[in-house]
Amino acid sequence: MFDITVFFPRAVAQGIPLLFGSTGETLTEKAGNLNLGIPGIMYVGGISGVIGAFLYEQNTASFNPFLAVLIPFLSSLLGSLIMGLIYSFLTITLRANQNVTGLAMTTFGVGIGNFFGGSLIKLTGAEVPNISLSATSICFRKNLPFADSLGVFGRMFLKYGFLAYLAIVIALLVSYFLNRTQTGLHLRAVGENPSTADAAGIDVGKYKYVATCLGSMIAGLGGLYYVMDYANGIWSNDGFGDRGWLAIALVIFTVWKPTLGILSSILFGGLYILYLYIPSGMNLSLKELYKMIPYVFTVVVLVISSIKNKRENQPPESLGLSFFREDR
Amino acid sequence: MEKKNRVPRFHIEKRASLPWHISLLIRLLSILAAFVVCALLTMIITGVKPGDFLSTMVYGSFGTPRKMWITAQNVAVLLCISLAVTPSFLMKFWNEGADGQILMGCLASSACMIKLADKLPNGLLIPVMLILSVAAGAVWGIIPAFFKAQFNTNETLFTLMLNYIATQIVAYFIVRWEVPKGSGQIGIINQSSEIGWFPQIFGNKYVLSILAAVFMTVLIYSYIRFSKHGYELTVVGESTRTARYIGINVKRVIIRTMALSGALAGLVGFLLVSGINHTLTATITGGQGFTAVMVSWLAQFNPIAMIATSFLIIFLERGAIEISSAFTLNQSFSSILTGIILFFLIGSEFFVSYRIRRSANSEAGKEKK
Repeated sequence: MFDITVFFPRAVAQGIPLLFGSTGETLTEKAGNLNLGIPGIMYVGGISGVIGAFLYEQNTASFNPFLAVLIPFLSSLLGSLIMGLIYSFLTITLRANQNVTGLAMTTFGVGIGNFFGGSLIKLTGAEVPNISLSATSICFRKNLPFADSLGVFGRMFLKYGFLAYLAIVIALLVSYFLNRTQTGLHLRAVGENPSTADAAGIDVGKYKYVATCLGSMIAGLGGLYYVMDYANGIWSNDGFGDRGWLAIALVIFTVWKPTLGILSSILFGGLYILYLYIPSGMNLSLKELYKMIPYVFTVVVLVISSIKNKRENQPPESLGLSFFREDR
Repeated sequence: MEKKNRVPRFHIEKRASLPWHISLLIRLLSILAAFVVCALLTMIITGVKPGDFLSTMVYGSFGTPRKMWITAQNVAVLLCISLAVTPSFLMKFWNEGADGQILMGCLASSACMIKLADKLPNGLLIPVMLILSVAAGAVWGIIPAFFKAQFNTNETLFTLMLNYIATQIVAYFIVRWEVPKGSGQIGIINQSSEIGWFPQIFGNKYVLSILAAVFMTVLIYSYIRFSKHGYELTVVGESTRTARYIGINVKRVIIRTMALSGALAGLVGFLLVSGINHTLTATITGGQGFTAVMVSWLAQFNPIAMIATSFLIIFLERGAIEISSAFTLNQSFSSILTGIILFFLIGSEFFVSYRIRRSANSEAGKEKK
């Protein structure tokens, strides 16, 4: 039986990593940088959190829940910051091709994730059979104690770990920042027309750096949420899959509006697991076909949005181009 | 307020042009620097000495005759995929969908091998497989090209999504054709009869892909350099407005070029199934479609230079796999090393097209003293 009170929380759990990823990518793209490295950065965000949590769990005598959350959280941010800096240095300072740099970042990031995921135990010489951070994961998944007593409402909206709410708060903050603050206006100017922004006295390079690095850090939290909350603290190689690419698709789907991203990411999350709910009887092969629903949906959305071709729904004008002041 | 009038001590300017040997030297130096970083990183992680690092890398690619043949075959396959995506990139069509196009080619070949095995003689079956694979790849390339040409739909994401759709279609057929039932895999197709297997050339199973790579290199090189089509797609890549002005039908060029890219990717699919693997899996391409994008770009879309760049990537990959198996580490180590080399090569392009000069206006410097 299809039960919305069961389906909805699962869709949200699938959607939160996408929301982190698309919010981060939106911020980056608004500064004119098309970061196709987001899938890799999300892997790095996840594995950095795992490394932090693993080292803490292995080396601490007294387990402190507060530190158990703080250490993975900070190490995840640090990992994705480093990735963001590499991307920014190559594309902003060295003006490299953004598509190619992004793909290289993804190769590198997924490699880092799978390598440390597969070799962490050997490298640290720990005596455990596999990376299972259940103690840390429990801290991440802690929810309000009275959620269960509130019936259906509590089950549907209050049963998530703090990172899920953080994702929504960040999406709202980024939206407010982009549309309601002067710095946000400057940032959008950099993405639309960097030469004009430069002439108006805006430090184009600085804006691009900060937006890209912050965007990477936000996206990296999506990886952290996936492994600590969704996957119960168990890292599996390639487990994160193609969610990073879906997050980038979501940016176009939401026409660069993070507030729309909150609902659309839940929609995408639902599409991602829809195949589990479509009755296919004994025919297992049909399930494989149903798994393509989110991708087909994305394609349809891409085509429709390009046919409608509304002016206010266009990407930032200089998206994907590097800025060199003497190029006029 | 001396801060306001600060003049930067260095500034960046574009180079007019650079002799080819200097730009080659810059790139070689960046590879060298990347190798030093890779060696240091490997030393930190595994404790292996830098000298052993290099010798293990070389052993991984050239240690035994069999390793050498496999290296040559991998280079050939990666080169073929890179050549397949090159026409679309020259047109500035960001085709990230080679994986999907190859998969559709693989699917067409496997379908023929399974369904037509006892209906057609081998001499007829193989050409049929070849044609259908090429057609399947071409169709998978035309779909995003059509929407790009008609509505300017974002091709990067479209082709990416088509990769996943192709993967699921292949997964569907794998479940339908699985042998034995419930195993989730097809296994070697026609293992005893070898129907639909491309015959070995000179009795060596590795030669076929090398010949295919040579054929495709010549084909793409002359297509881009000497044919009218090649000229048209280059103009479209430089500027669609210029192209329209000189009377090129831009929509037709986009669709035609992607049909070619897709068809060649489909040919690689045929090569993988009929010539090399004799089976179908959803991960048969191993994500080489992405790697090919970087191989092609690193070679500045020059088919001859692509031989060198695809060799570099395969050398790294096989060397890193050798290192990781010697230290029982995860094989993804090769992705990390590949990433580092790519970062250095991507970064080195800056020094090819720009130079950093000390500011001529040195009054700022004097004031500081």
